[in-house]
Amino acid sequence: MKFADCNRIAFGALSRYPLRTSMMLLATAIGVAAVLVLSSLGEAARRFVTGEFQSLGTHLIIVIPGKSETTGSGIGIMIGETPRDLTLDDARALMRSSAVEKIAPVIVGSAAVSLGGLERDVTVFGTTAAFREIRQWKMMLGEFLPNVGMERAAPVCAIGALISEEFFGREPPIGKWLRVGDNRCRVVGVLAPQGTSVMINTDEAVMVPIVSAQAMFDSPGLFRIIIQATSRDSMPKAQQDVRRIITKRHYGEEDVTVITQDAVLNTFDGIFGALTAALAGIASISLIVAGVLIMNVMLVAVSQRTREVGLLKALGAKKRQIIALFITEAIFLAVMGAVVGVAGGYIAVTVMTGVYPNLDFTPPIWSVAGAVLVAVASGVFFGILPARRAADLDPIAALSGQ
Amino acid sequence: MIELDGLCRNFHVGNQVVHALDKIDLQISAGEYLSIMGPSGSGKSTLLNILGLLDTPTSGSYSLDGINTSEMNDDQLATTRQHKIGFVFQSFHLVSRMNAFENVELPMVLAGQSVTERRKKGQLALEQVGLSDRISHRPDQLSGGERQRVAIARAIVMQPVLLLADEPTGNLDSASGKEVIEIMEDLNKRGLTLLLVTHDPVIGQRAARCLTMEDGRIAKDSVG
Repeated sequence: MKFADCNRIAFGALSRYPLRTSMMLLATAIGVAAVLVLSSLGEAARRFVTGEFQSLGTHLIIVIPGKSETTGSGIGIMIGETPRDLTLDDARALMRSSAVEKIAPVIVGSAAVSLGGLERDVTVFGTTAAFREIRQWKMMLGEFLPNVGMERAAPVCAIGALISEEFFGREPPIGKWLRVGDNRCRVVGVLAPQGTSVMINTDEAVMVPIVSAQAMFDSPGLFRIIIQATSRDSMPKAQQDVRRIITKRHYGEEDVTVITQDAVLNTFDGIFGALTAALAGIASISLIVAGVLIMNVMLVAVSQRTREVGLLKALGAKKRQIIALFITEAIFLAVMGAVVGVAGGYIAVTVMTGVYPNLDFTPPIWSVAGAVLVAVASGVFFGILPARRAADLDPIAALSGQ
Repeated sequence: MIELDGLCRNFHVGNQVVHALDKIDLQISAGEYLSIMGPSGSGKSTLLNILGLLDTPTSGSYSLDGINTSEMNDDQLATTRQHKIGFVFQSFHLVSRMNAFENVELPMVLAGQSVTERRKKGQLALEQVGLSDRISHRPDQLSGGERQRVAIARAIVMQPVLLLADEPTGNLDSASGKEVIEIMEDLNKRGLTLLLVTHDPVIGQRAARCLTMEDGRIAKDSVG
């Protein structure tokens, strides 16, 4: 029997029962579409989160005071829990490393900001001009903090776009005075609106020089030190230098946590990659279910076409020819179902992209290929049993329709 | 051409053994025209199935064209059926979704013949049964007699040596039944060995050699 004839006969048999055939197609199609849609959701989440961390800047190292340690009981706990403050001097000392390009010490606190009768609580960041350069924030008006030494206090502040709107409305805010906590600061710049980026909503923040913030919150301890390495290659050296310098300054105790942007990125990448794979795996179960359905309906088809099988045997069909015919039918169903499913999946993804245009829902190619492969494989696998049953029919009994 | 030697076929029904065929000895030469008659349960259909290689004997031997069929495996049996034996059934057994030509070409499709070969032979076979103008009609668009003629065309398209017909007129009115028998007799005159199982004595008597079966044995052979 020629391949083309086998296909023609199988196709003819399928088109004889359009409703049943389309139901089986639908089952496979839903499975394939589910794999596509779920994996594209997972991928979208992964791209979103890694994108967020990439927007943090490039080759960053973040130094956090304190170090989580598992310590013994009693006095040990107290030692473990009381880190030495990270100071401005520590930050300055880190500049000695040749691998460090920029340093931005950061203090975060909450303070009341007022102007005339208006007052609201805002998040206040104490930092330096380098912070804006590292985070690559754009300015809407004026400048960020003055690019002077870290230790210079100045009665100035840069404010977020929303703060500017709330306090000044349409009036130009540059040069105006705002009360931030107990201090009066002159507004020198307004940050361009950019929404929330990695937990910081700059639209509703006020930035002041680091020393001013230390005074405002009466605390010498830094919240973070953000470091930009000179290049990606110098990241390990920068990280090493940071540890070495801080340890030396803290009397031999490495009481800071140093994390790199890459490490965070890789972690999230891994987590969301696993999530996507798990979603695709769960969706693949529906493909197996579709396969079982195909098997069921094929078994019914075999018993409905018993006489035809008997006839084929009388006409000299070999066992493997009958197996080939029925498996071809199952493969047809699976392949057509997969095609419909891929089309449906892409339509769904297009719709989702329309609803959430800032997320990239492009399904990963492995999930598309995988879904089609699993669909076809389950078609073949679950087609074997009915096909064998047909091939093993006794021709005489089959001809009489038993 | 056909030699049956001590052929037995037993069926187990519950605890009992039924001897459907009981030590049958039979020789049939090429080109003969035989009818097998007998009451139902006498074993004539079983004999036909064994001759058609759809069933295998419990004991005894069956040689077709000088080849002992008991040594053949499934595939060889299928190939022998394909090339040497044509079947005509009482209920036609046409594939309802295929038209007359597609039904006729089915054995050639299974044999892997080319499209041009199939077209030529299929048209010729349909011509022989007088259905050249019904090539693209589906079975439900054909009369009973026409359907059986399509089935005959399908049975002879591989140019077999043996045509086995199991009650070929059983589902037909007498006029179209006669037509069908005449077509088969015509094929027999051209050298095809014809073996007919029938209830109808009028049709049975037309054959040059009449076998009557009873309880799994040949009770009467008009020649032997």
